[in-house]
Amino acid sequence: MKSNQTKIESKLASEAKVFRGGRAKSWREEVIKTTLFFCALISVLTTFSIVFILAQEAGGFFQDVSVFDFIFGTHWTPLLEPRSFGVLPLVCGTILIVVGAASLALPIGLATSIYLSEYASIRIRSLLKPLLEVLAGIPTIVYGYFALTFITPLFRTFFPKIQIFNAFSASIVVGIMILPMIASLCDNTFRAVPDSLRQGAYAVGATQYEVTTGVVIPSALSGVMSAFVLALSRAIGETMAVTLAAGATPKMTMDPFVSIQTMTAYIVQVSLGDTPAGTIAYQTIFAVSALLFIITLCMNIVSHRLLHRFREVYE
Amino acid sequence: MTTQNLTRRHRVANLFHGFCFTVAWTGVVILGILLFHVTGEGLHWLDLQFLNDFPSRFPEKAGIRSALFGTLWLISLTATISIPLGVGAAIYLEEYAPKNSFTRFIDLNISNLAGVPSIVYGMLGLVIFVRLFDLDRSVLAGSMTMSLLILPIIIIASRESLRGVPSTLRQAAFALGATRWQTIYSHVLPAALPGILTGFILALSRAIGETAPLIMIGALTYVAFIPEGPMDEFTTLPIQIFNWASRPQKDFHELAAAGILVLLIVLLFMNSFAVYIRHWLERKI
Repeated sequence: MKSNQTKIESKLASEAKVFRGGRAKSWREEVIKTTLFFCALISVLTTFSIVFILAQEAGGFFQDVSVFDFIFGTHWTPLLEPRSFGVLPLVCGTILIVVGAASLALPIGLATSIYLSEYASIRIRSLLKPLLEVLAGIPTIVYGYFALTFITPLFRTFFPKIQIFNAFSASIVVGIMILPMIASLCDNTFRAVPDSLRQGAYAVGATQYEVTTGVVIPSALSGVMSAFVLALSRAIGETMAVTLAAGATPKMTMDPFVSIQTMTAYIVQVSLGDTPAGTIAYQTIFAVSALLFIITLCMNIVSHRLLHRFREVYE
Repeated sequence: MTTQNLTRRHRVANLFHGFCFTVAWTGVVILGILLFHVTGEGLHWLDLQFLNDFPSRFPEKAGIRSALFGTLWLISLTATISIPLGVGAAIYLEEYAPKNSFTRFIDLNISNLAGVPSIVYGMLGLVIFVRLFDLDRSVLAGSMTMSLLILPIIIIASRESLRGVPSTLRQAAFALGATRWQTIYSHVLPAALPGILTGFILALSRAIGETAPLIMIGALTYVAFIPEGPMDEFTTLPIQIFNWASRPQKDFHELAAAGILVLLIVLLFMNSFAVYIRHWLERKI
C-alpha cells in the first residue's frame, strides 16, 4: 500500500515535470535534491571521522604500548613516572558508577513506567510525564554540583568515613539522570502491548498485579531490556557529574565510598591540563575514547536489536 | 481457589499499586529537592552585579557576563549551522531517499550517532575543527562541534514530524502540477513546522547544557572579555559553573549555584518558547 503510494507520487511528479516542460525547473530540482543528499551524508561522514581519528591516534599509542598491557594492566599512571598504561582501573571505576546507577534507576524507572502505563489516570499522567521530562532536561553539570554539595555532605553526616569525592554520590546522580529515560522508554513499550492480552488475562480472573507482572512485563521484555541497555550505555558515557563528584584517583576497588576515576573523567582531566599533541599522554585519551566508543557502540547495537525484536512481535 | 487465597491476591495487588504509585513520584521529589537546594545556595548571589561582572578571584566581585554572552554566541552559531543541515537531511531521508541499502545504512548510522557519548564528539571537534581546520579555541569551532552533536536529535525529530504530514497533501500538490520541491517547500514543510521547531529547540537546550565537548576543544575556564566575532575565544555557563564548583571554597560553590539558576532560567525560557510556538503554529494551520 505504502510503496504503491510512493509509486503513484513519483509518477505524478515525473509527469508534472513533462507538463511544465521547463528544463530550468528540472535542473533546479536536481540541484536541490543533491544538496539535501549531502546534508544527509554529513552524518555518515561524522561516523567515519570519529572512527578514523580514534583509530589513527590510538594506533600511534599502540605502537608504544601493547594492546594486552592496555586491556589487562591493573595500574594506570600515564602522567607520572614510572608510567603504566593498564586501563582496568578506569574501567573498574566506570563499572562501579554504572552498577550503582543501575541498582537505583532500573527498579525505580521500571516501577515509574508501570505506574504511568498501567495505573495512572490521564490527568496524573499528563502531570507526571512533563515533570519527568524536566528532570531529563537538567544539564549533567547541575547533577555533578548536586552530588558534590548535597548528597555527599548528607551521607557524610551519617558516615563520616566517606571521602569527599566518592563513587557512591556520583552513581546516585547518574542513576537520577538515566531514570527519566528508562521510565519513558519502558512506558512506550508497555503501551505498545496490545490491550487484548490484558483483557484476556482479566477475563480468566487475574488481578491487576498478576496482569502486569504475568502478562504485560513478559510480553514487553525485549523492549524493557532494550531500554535498560540504552540507559546503561548513557551512564557509561556520562562525564561531568562523575568528573565533579567521583574524584580523580584511578583505582582497582569495589569500595564505593572512596575516590575513583572513570574513563570519561580521565579524558576531561587530561584535556584540562596542558598536554601537547603527539605526546604519549595525549594519545592515551584517544585510546581511552576508542574503548569508550566501542563499548557504547556495542551496547547501542544490542539495544537496537532488542527493540527490533519487540517491534516485530507487536507493531 | 479459596476465598482466603483471593483476599491475599487482592492484598498483593493493592500493595503493588501503592508501591508503584509511591515510587513513581521519586523522580519528582528529587527534582524538588534539587531545585530547592540550588535556590537556597545561590539565590542571594543572584543580582545585577552578578550578571554584569566578569569572573574574578574574589567571590564578591565575580560574575557571569562573559559566560552568558559566550553561551548566546555559541547557541546562535550552532542554530545557524545545525538547522539547515538537520532539516535538509530529514527532508532527503523522508521525501527523496530511495528505499535501498544505502538509505538504511544512513538510517542506522543516525540512530547510532545519537548514542555516542558527547565527550567523543569533543575529541572529533578537537582533531577536525581545532587542529585540522585551524579554528583554534574559537566560538566557531565550539559551535561546529555542538552542531554535529545535536544533528541526530534534529534529524530524528524532523523526520517524525514530516512523516506525520498526510500523503494526500502531497498528492494534491502533485496533481496540480507542482514539482517535488515546490510541494515540499510550500505544503509539507509548513505543516511539519511545529514538530520541527519543537525538536530543534529541545536539541538546542541540550547544547546549552553540554560541558564536556567544549572542555575537550579547549574552551577556557577564565575569560574576562566578550567574544566579538566567531573566531574569538569564549567560555559558557556550564563551563563557568564547572570551574566554580571544582574549587574547594564554599563561596565559589554558592556562585556555582547562582550560575546554575541562571542556566535553568535560560532553559525554562527556551522550553516555554517551544511550547508557545507549537501552540501558535498548530492553531494557525
